[in-house]
Amino acid sequence: MSTPVKHFAPLARLLHWLMALMVIAMLFIGAGMVASVSQRHEWLLNLHKPLGIAILLLVIVRIIVRLNTRTPPLPVDLPAVQALAAKLSHYVLYGLMLAMPLIGWAMISAAGDPVMLGSSVRLPSIVAADAQTFAVLRRAHEYLAYLFFLTILTHLAAALFHGWVRRDEVLDSMLRGKSGDSKR
Amino acid sequence: MIDREPPYPHKPPLSTPAKLARLAGIGLIVLVAAGAFAYVNGSLDPQRLTPARVVDVFEHNNGVHPGYRRNHPKGICVAGDFESNGAAASLSRAEVFASGRTPVIGRLALPTGNPYSPDSAAPLRSFALQFTQPNGQQWRTGMNSMPVFPVGTPQAFVDLQIATAPDPKTGKPDPAKPPAFFAAHPEAQPFLAWVKTAKPSASFVTETYNSVNAFILVDSSGKRQPVRWSLVPHATGASPAPDAKDYLDKDLTEKLAAGPQRWDLILTLANAGDPINDASKAWSGDHKTVNAGTLVINGDTAQLDGDCRDINFDPLILPSGIEGSDDPLLAARSAAYAASYMRRTAEVDQLKSEPAQEKQP
Repeated sequence: MSTPVKHFAPLARLLHWLMALMVIAMLFIGAGMVASVSQRHEWLLNLHKPLGIAILLLVIVRIIVRLNTRTPPLPVDLPAVQALAAKLSHYVLYGLMLAMPLIGWAMISAAGDPVMLGSSVRLPSIVAADAQTFAVLRRAHEYLAYLFFLTILTHLAAALFHGWVRRDEVLDSMLRGKSGDSKR
Repeated sequence: MIDREPPYPHKPPLSTPAKLARLAGIGLIVLVAAGAFAYVNGSLDPQRLTPARVVDVFEHNNGVHPGYRRNHPKGICVAGDFESNGAAASLSRAEVFASGRTPVIGRLALPTGNPYSPDSAAPLRSFALQFTQPNGQQWRTGMNSMPVFPVGTPQAFVDLQIATAPDPKTGKPDPAKPPAFFAAHPEAQPFLAWVKTAKPSASFVTETYNSVNAFILVDSSGKRQPVRWSLVPHATGASPAPDAKDYLDKDLTEKLAAGPQRWDLILTLANAGDPINDASKAWSGDHKTVNAGTLVINGDTAQLDGDCRDINFDPLILPSGIEGSDDPLLAARSAAYAASYMRRTAEVDQLKSEPAQEKQP
């Protein structure tokens, strides 16, 4: 068996940081638009929909990249409960990156609204128009957004804990490239 | 999962104060991020006008009627076609304005906040439409029989609702509050002058319905023309409203049994200098108008069984070729309708199970 890698692949790191930016922007855009009656509401909504579809496309690419590149292992001395939390939180993050845009898309479809990305691009509806389905999806979209934000905060705190307190190589594996490997 | 990493050279352990300082730093970063989110979603600002708070004002004034729209809840579904004559195709690239037919689902309603209001409770009627173009894009519009809106901003509109809120003791608005509101809002004078002359109509089909807000038509070369639109009825003979609680739906059904009901869609083109962003102001003087075609309504259905029930007539659901203006009420309507829609769609199961309990205002 080959030696484990110390860093994520460059493409994986690019996708991670690009999507981190997009997802955090998306959560703030969503929270801001539902709390506004000004023109900001419309402006943010028109940003929210195409950005959501972009995240959906990117997360598919990202899952393919993740399954086809080598991932640096967690430190051996990491307590099992933290290792489990790390593993589970990553499933949650991937799950939400995939589910949130799909729920948003399905929710607009269920409302019977045309799914518009801009003034003339229309996506097909992915579920039949139905008020109760809309109500369920709309609430799921909101509650899962809060779960998403909390998971990201936990992810951020854990990454900083690795980098600043444990001072292991976990944070570095996503921050830097091969430089650490080449020094060996 | 994956092989654990072999032991790596550990850095010297942190002193306890250093460790605590670093943990505090992490805590601070998380707190700032969470605080920023709470700021953006309005949690830290109870004064901010949010869509939910606009809908709360309606629920406060009218009570909660589960499953119903929070405003204009009493209405009836209609269906038909818009027969475009092509005259507006040079102004807007929207398919709906090309010659031909576009199917329409509509809703005629009473602009009060209570689904059990008597039909004469307001001297106003409203008409909401959804046009579905062949390309799947839609045009939704909610029109009212008043020519101008009482106020021009969402805050003033909410303040008007608060000024006319029923006093919990008497069930009637505090008589001092509406005059105080209107004294502070001179922009409401054109509406007040109109409403003085307005009487509840006996029929939906003899009313003119106005977009009130301005929109922008965009032609195929990108040229933009601000407009307001109106549905002008073919039916005439506005008779006085009968002395009854419910008469509009019955009248509509009778009129439709006799034949389709028609309205012309008249676009009024803004002149330079017309207020585009203020629905409380009339466009005075001569204006070019374009008759874009005829709305033909040929059927009606009670709203609880009708296709219009689950439509949010959001005025900013527009096809390519029609855009919202910068009227702040348009954005507010879109945002508040979404909040109302979210609440009522979660309650649709209560519409049929519950016998109509008539709580009158």
